[in-house]
Amino acid sequence: MDVLLLHRIHFAFTVTFHYLFPQLTMGLALLIVVLKTVGLIRGDERYSQASRFWARILAINFVLGVVTGIPMEFQFGTNWSEFARRTGGVIGQPLAMEGIFSFFLESTFLGLFLFGEKRLSRWQHWGAAFMVFVGSWISGFFIVVTDAWMQHPVAYRLMPNGTFELTSFWGLLLNPWAWLQYAHTMCGSVVTAAFVMSAVGAFYVIDKRSVEAGKLFLRVGVIAGLLSCIAQIFPTGDLHGRYVARYQPAAIAGMEGLFRTQTGAPIVLLGQPDMEQQRIDNPLAVNDVLSFLAYGTTAAQVKGLDQFPRDQWPTTLPLLYYSYHIMAGLGTYFVLLMAIAAVLLWRGKLYSSGWILWPILLSFPLPYIANTAGWMTAEIGRQPWVVYGLMRTADGYSKYVSAGNSLFTLLGFMGMYSLLSVLWIVLVYRIIESGPTAIEPHSDPKAITA
Amino acid sequence: MGAIWFWIVAVMIAAYVVLDGFDIGVGILYPILARNEADRRIMLHSIGPVWDGNEVWLLAGGGTLYFAFPLLYASAFSGFYLPLMIVLWLLIGRGISIELRMHMANGVWRSFFDGLFFVSSALLAIFLGAALANVIRGVPLGADQYFFLPLWTNWRVGPHPGILDWYTVIGGLVALIALATHGALYLAMKAPGALEERAQRIAGKAWIALCAITLISLPATTIVRPTSFNNYYRHPVLFAIPLLVVASLLGMKAFSSRQDHLKAFLCSCVYLAIMLVGACAGLYPTVLPSSLDPAGDITVAKALSGPYATHVGLIWWSLGMVLAATYFCISYGMFRGKVSTDPDGYGH
Ligand code: HDD
Ligand code: HEM
Ligand code: HEM
Repeated sequence: MDVLLLHRIHFAFTVTFHYLFPQLTMGLALLIVVLKTVGLIRGDERYSQASRFWARILAINFVLGVVTGIPMEFQFGTNWSEFARRTGGVIGQPLAMEGIFSFFLESTFLGLFLFGEKRLSRWQHWGAAFMVFVGSWISGFFIVVTDAWMQHPVAYRLMPNGTFELTSFWGLLLNPWAWLQYAHTMCGSVVTAAFVMSAVGAFYVIDKRSVEAGKLFLRVGVIAGLLSCIAQIFPTGDLHGRYVARYQPAAIAGMEGLFRTQTGAPIVLLGQPDMEQQRIDNPLAVNDVLSFLAYGTTAAQVKGLDQFPRDQWPTTLPLLYYSYHIMAGLGTYFVLLMAIAAVLLWRGKLYSSGWILWPILLSFPLPYIANTAGWMTAEIGRQPWVVYGLMRTADGYSKYVSAGNSLFTLLGFMGMYSLLSVLWIVLVYRIIESGPTAIEPHSDPKAITA
Repeated sequence: MGAIWFWIVAVMIAAYVVLDGFDIGVGILYPILARNEADRRIMLHSIGPVWDGNEVWLLAGGGTLYFAFPLLYASAFSGFYLPLMIVLWLLIGRGISIELRMHMANGVWRSFFDGLFFVSSALLAIFLGAALANVIRGVPLGADQYFFLPLWTNWRVGPHPGILDWYTVIGGLVALIALATHGALYLAMKAPGALEERAQRIAGKAWIALCAITLISLPATTIVRPTSFNNYYRHPVLFAIPLLVVASLLGMKAFSSRQDHLKAFLCSCVYLAIMLVGACAGLYPTVLPSSLDPAGDITVAKALSGPYATHVGLIWWSLGMVLAATYFCISYGMFRGKVSTDPDGYGH
């Protein structure tokens, strides 16, 4: 197989697998803070118990996030050495800052949060949970800053030897693309956590055990789910789309499957891109909507792929098109599902409506798919550039790492990660199976020392 | 500026070796010292709350290396591709064995993770030592400053070496024995009762081996890299380093036989740190020597990031270190003292 392609698959596989874990960690860390806050303010033991239950799941998820994250930190050098050499002066900074400002924080306070309930006072323990939340969200921020610079390079100077030098610290951290992307990504991780929490709640209610806890999970999950799903589309997704239209016009044309430049461009809801004929087969399209979404007026002209030389088209175009449509399609479905559930919750009928509890239970994998598809959209849309408009992906990989070596380690990671997946499923299922009430509260949460 | 970042990265790597070193050491001694389930739990509890934070020094150090010396990061990481990937797999195995073992009472489950914990810890120590030895020995850097090393060739040191040759194997053994000693001294400090005594005894034996291998490694380094003492002759004050190595070795022995475990452990920390500092002092200003032609060495000046980035970097790096030190005080303070056998504690 082609060496460039192998390096790309290597990176894509390991980062996609890694991101399955942080997306739950970050969202869940926020929801646990919510649970603990309500528990403390109302003095309601059920909320404290719920947060203890979710802390168990967080702990396992966190371990997998850590062990799959470590390889990521090294892969810029191992598989993308030329990219690393040239960009390190800029994006090495957010990566180093992530390690220093968030991983130290997270690892310390996670330990205190998970095992310090007996030794800490209630508020100290709340503080530990809060710091875990802050740490994981800072981590997400720095990594998104890194990615955003690759999507939309700012605050750099190109040196004669091909390397990039940083020119402004704040320029890099305040890259507008990064903040939009961060808002959308974090929202996406709350969606994942909310869906997982609601699904576990639905499981207990349908199964008629731990029903009280199940109802609580559903309540918190559905409310958080509705809010985050709406924010996912509007304003964050919408703004993100406009930014892509403005700065990466070839990417948006590929995402939408727009082969020809049009005014009043339609949005394609369904249809299959046909690369030979350069058109969408069996399209189900609504006129004018794309122009409106991208530029705020139905009359706007949207550039199609015909405006770009073929060597600047996003590679693997159909994958880009499908990823984007899967993300956006699922996003619409999420809002519908959560809106119906929220109405039923408000009317007090949610817990007895099996017809909605089942879809809630079965939908928990979908946010994972949507988040993955979203990243695929962003990363494939950026192609053929690794640093948009400045450095091609084909110039970035490690020249001396042969295809055979890359394939060897890719297979190694695949084997290892299959094992990790099985472990994750077994352990999380055991926690759910034994139920939230099985977790005994620690003796006296007020005692400072054990 | 180059010198400052050189020493910053060196100090971060030393912090990694000193801190993660003792939990790797506990893993190396695990099958030797733990006789029953209670022992195993104590050993795991002694590192449970801190190992992840210790490992973060590796990530933070790696990130800082990427930021300050992109060329070095790119060249070394792609050149050492295979061993690094193996190190990553070992880190994964170690992480899950420490964290997931306690989640099931099933004997097969636990034995599997026990084995994984030992194997991954021991191999990790060997690989880390060999990696450092590779850097000291030099690699065949091409005109473009890249290289690629096979895992092994004919075990000889030459212009075209492999990752493993007789010299890097010695480096691996130094690391294995030094970390085992380090882990044993840590356990003597943390473990109660019979385990404390056994840890102290094994530390005594490991110490003899450590003295021997340290003695071998010095002449070996001069054979492989005759220039490594040039900096020392230029700045004789550096000869304090080998003196400190000897002093810390003696200190380990003296304090350990007086049951002053904390001081013995601190001597071991000094030993590890000073061995690394000594190696770095021998290399500077080279960061990755070429085995083909000294003119091709990657030096601090060639690899350093732009002046603006390295200036700003100093500010946030210092701030970050203050924060990191605070977190370490908090977590080590919380879990200070002997590990209790309380079943309710860490990692049920
Ligand atoms: C639960 C997950 C989820 C859901 C439901 C959505 N997204 Fe999304 N989206 C993400 C999760 C995500 C993400 C994983 O967070 C991405 C990947 C990279 C990024 O910055 O965010 C992303 C990227 C992303 C991009 C940037 C692509 C690029 O940079 O080239 C756009 C334009 C949108 N999204 C737009 C939307 C719209 C209009 C949605 C609703 C209809 C939507 N997303 C739903
Ligand atoms: C966690 C979510 C992420 C996912 C799911 C993801 C996914 C992908 C995918 C699918 C590719 C392959 C692109 C292709 O086939 O054309 C890729 C490539 C790449 N991504 Fe990401 N990515 C993520 C985050 C990041 C981040 C945060 C960074 C930067 C810090 C990054 C940097 C890269 C690089 C360097 C490549 C290789 C070059 C290339 O093919 O573009 N990715 N990623
Ligand atoms: C190339 C991209 C990435 C790299 C280099 C990377 C690196 C790492 C590393 C080294 C860890 C382990 C930290 C520890 O030991 O405590 C980690 C965990 C984590 N990462 Fe990533 N990561 C990447 C992608 C992402 C993305 C896209 C996000 C979120 C937007 C993210 C969020 C997190 C979080 C929150 C954690 C904490 C552990 C967990 O929650 O599972 N990472 N990452």
